[in-house]
Amino acid sequence: MIKPMRKFSSNFALILLLMAGLFAGPVAAQSLNVDIVGGVKTATPIVVVPFAQQGGTPLPTDIADVIRNDFNRSGKFRSLAKSDIVEFPAQGSDIKFATWRLLKQDYIVVGRIKDAGNGMVQVEYELWDVNKQQSLLHQAMPPAPVGDMRGLAHQIADIIYQKITGVRGAFWTRIAYVTSVGLGSHITYSLIVADSDGFNPQVVARSRESLLTPRWSPDGKKIAYVSFESGNSAIYVQDITTGSRQLVEAHAKGINGAPAWSPDGTRLAVALSYVGNLELFVLDLATHKETRLTHNLAIDTEPVWAPDGQSIYFTSDRSGQAQIYQIPATGGDAQRISFQGQTNLDAAVSYDGKQIAMVQGNGNVYRIAIMDRSLGDQVRFISPGPLDESPSFAPNASMLLYASNAGPRGVLYAVSADGLVRQRLVLSDGDVREPSWGPYRQR
Amino acid sequence: MNKTVRVALVALLCIGAAACSKKEVKPQPPAPAPAAEQPAPAPVSNKYTPADLDTDACLRQRVVYFDFDKSEIKPEFQQIIACHAKYLQDRPTSHIRLEGNADERGTREYNLGLGERRGNAVSSALQAAGGSASQLEVISYGKEKPVCREHNEDCWSKNRRVEIVYTAQ
Repeated sequence: MIKPMRKFSSNFALILLLMAGLFAGPVAAQSLNVDIVGGVKTATPIVVVPFAQQGGTPLPTDIADVIRNDFNRSGKFRSLAKSDIVEFPAQGSDIKFATWRLLKQDYIVVGRIKDAGNGMVQVEYELWDVNKQQSLLHQAMPPAPVGDMRGLAHQIADIIYQKITGVRGAFWTRIAYVTSVGLGSHITYSLIVADSDGFNPQVVARSRESLLTPRWSPDGKKIAYVSFESGNSAIYVQDITTGSRQLVEAHAKGINGAPAWSPDGTRLAVALSYVGNLELFVLDLATHKETRLTHNLAIDTEPVWAPDGQSIYFTSDRSGQAQIYQIPATGGDAQRISFQGQTNLDAAVSYDGKQIAMVQGNGNVYRIAIMDRSLGDQVRFISPGPLDESPSFAPNASMLLYASNAGPRGVLYAVSADGLVRQRLVLSDGDVREPSWGPYRQR
Repeated sequence: MNKTVRVALVALLCIGAAACSKKEVKPQPPAPAPAAEQPAPAPVSNKYTPADLDTDACLRQRVVYFDFDKSEIKPEFQQIIACHAKYLQDRPTSHIRLEGNADERGTREYNLGLGERRGNAVSSALQAAGGSASQLEVISYGKEKPVCREHNEDCWSKNRRVEIVYTAQ
């Protein structure tokens, strides 16, 4: 069943604020800043000089600002505050390296913006090693629309990030989350897609009833999610560009929940209880054939695929309290993998399968923990609690999103994978929850 | 460093904004009454009528509360189960939707499972006391429909509940 759905734009409802700023200056309502919570000594110092504009009307977006904020959020870099930038070279030959050495910068980024006509601009940038006085990157980006300068800045940040760290950047990606605005019987739930830094929020779906568990298809074109709009839970798959959507699981009896895409995008692992108890199934999206994976009286839910598609991690309370288990994607025996902490729920897996993030509960404190499968299942915490949930890895596993609370209000955090740098995303007039980090975008 | 001042200012501003959110106003289900105050179900010879749903002290109680991460029905709720089961027997065309709910601890999907387990526990108890399976349906809202939104046990205890909703009297 395909139901067309209108796409709304959402500037009014979705002012994402960030609490506390490193590069304060005048803070507009929409701007995001970075809250450094410590441990940045190891971060690499880098200066991103404001890009010089050669002609044309001034751009609405400060490209260098966007790049600086990306670097800071990553935890890997510490960019020199704009207010501390004393010289403004526009190209490599203008750089006075002594100045930046004095300011203890390891790298410098300079750039220039040219009007390319028809509402397009061309941006050229250079990355230099300050100590070696050596050019590392010199690239003219393809002409881009003036309205997409944030996207362009994220792409430049990604390339620089990869050049220096050796890891592909994931700034030019999108996130999905759910907001709830209003009170009592007048709550509106919205499924939102935004840039990875919370900018450019767009409403994908709206409902008077709860929306939860948004999950990106591996190609980034669709989102599967759970909606209570029909009264009971049901699973939809929605195309985020056309807005068309498909109802894929809606058994009248019981829960239709916890969708998770297979790495090849052809199947969804889901949790269904029409059989009498909540069990895991794999749904083939082409044939609509369901294959049951689990058979017991416990709650089995929150499946997530290992990157190789061979196994599925999930939450089960078969041992008494909820823990994380792993089962072959074709069914079979499940192995418990979480042994630290009273309870562990809602696993998320890094792209390489080495790290499993989960919600660990001890008493009334729920924190995001990461188990490193390549380090003998060592566990580290990356969030302080007390009511943190819904961990989701960036596609390069350098950062995670999770949901938390600030008083009565639901908020999101973006945190570096080492837990040292956190950024809070807050909705001005409601709750924000259920974050999910999308895959890499294709140019 | 003047940045520190700016950081503090921004933080204050934002905390101010965050503090403005209002408490949700939602009709509260009746609080669980101590077992001692509950009258015994009416004698079997007196059949319940729909009017009793509004007037009978036992039938008016439509919420069963649970302990954390548990779905066992506590002894103090047996009386409620008994009178609603009797109503189902007395009125074979009546129908109940059992809405299972959980507190905010734990994840949304897990709590859907927990809410359903609680709904199923009440359904089984109603059937054991004489209700028929065809008169009962269970739906779980997990932690999606809290009646209380504070982060403390008092509030959580109000949210760990199954609501008995008559869809046909």
